Amino acid sequence: MKTCLVVDDSRVIRKVSRRILEDLGFEVAEASDGVEAMAWCSAVMPDLVLLDWRMPAMDGLEFVKRLRAEPGGDAPKVVFCSVENDLEAIREALDAGADEYIMKPFDGAIIAGKLDYLGLAA
Amino acid sequence: MIPAQDRAYVAAVSLERAGLQVDPEKAYLIDSRLAPLARRECFSSVEALIDALRHGADDRLVWAAVEAMALPETEFFRDHRVFAELVEEVIPVLAERRQGEPVRIWNAACGTGQEIYSLAMLLADARGVGKMELFASDLSERSLEKAQSGRYSQFEVQRGLPARMLVRHFEKDGEWFALSPRVRQMVRWRRLNLMDELDRIGQFDLILCRNVLGQLAPEAAGRVLEQLEAVLAPGGALLLGPNDRAGKAFVRAAPDMALYAAMPTAA
Repeated sequence: MKTCLVVDDSRVIRKVSRRILEDLGFEVAEASDGVEAMAWCSAVMPDLVLLDWRMPAMDGLEFVKRLRAEPGGDAPKVVFCSVENDLEAIREALDAGADEYIMKPFDGAIIAGKLDYLGLAA
Repeated sequence: MIPAQDRAYVAAVSLERAGLQVDPEKAYLIDSRLAPLARRECFSSVEALIDALRHGADDRLVWAAVEAMALPETEFFRDHRVFAELVEEVIPVLAERRQGEPVRIWNAACGTGQEIYSLAMLLADARGVGKMELFASDLSERSLEKAQSGRYSQFEVQRGLPARMLVRHFEKDGEWFALSPRVRQMVRWRRLNLMDELDRIGQFDLILCRNVLGQLAPEAAGRVLEQLEAVLAPGGALLLGPNDRAGKAFVRAAPDMALYAAMPTAA
């Protein structure tokens, strides 16, 4: 089974994302900020990270930069999922190592489409 | 609920004008397609709109209703592998055959433009593809206006469009995402009913007509296929949707996509 780490400081968003990803056949773990997410990834790299941008402790941009510098850290597909919809910001996220970008609000079809494009469809 | 005779009328006029197969039993579908038009035209309900259509409303309104019923579901890079294959495999072969003349590509029933723009973006990024002429047509004036504007909502640009394509080819314009003039200007638009005579539109090396035939009544789909065959240049290719039937005049030209060539005529 493919694994996904959902990183978001909102419990509601994590719950919504979890439901969508489980329906798409993923085993889901949750983290509420970048620090917690790094701890997960140091233990075992997931296939996919669904990543919020603005979070306390360590934000999404910082997280993806650190992840990509880790041994094996280039393996997970990283998909940002943020209210930030400025194109400059999206470019920055992609340049920092994100594979895809979803602007909130999102729905299951948008996530499924992005994962299909990344070759992670069930 | 819309009365049965009104639903039968909508089905009949959609068939007569655009060859559309509308199931008169699907009250929900008819209601949801016509409700925006009823609001725009200040009718109190879809029933009131249909009543006006049936009792001498002007032709423009009847067409607007048919166009609303024809509304195709469209998104960027639908079946994205198909687009890569077109640009990497299919179009280079067509270009070689044209020997320096432009490759003419037509998106029939283009809706709000996401499909032809997906191809245009890839061609804009590709090197050495040669000269291309992109045409797109639709039954709906409203869809064409939106397509030509190249302005899409946040929801629309997230359906199928990779984020890298978004940042490369779009600019923010308030709440909207506007496609770059460079890509927009690659496409020429025209209102066209596929039921009309198509003999004046020239010939095309590649025709994209995906997920359209399935919306049509069988006779209408047959007529469209005949017309497409007539405007397909020698050696040209027709791309259909994965569930569309190509009929007897075409032969499958690729194992993993719904690409067809004209059946060679018996010598």
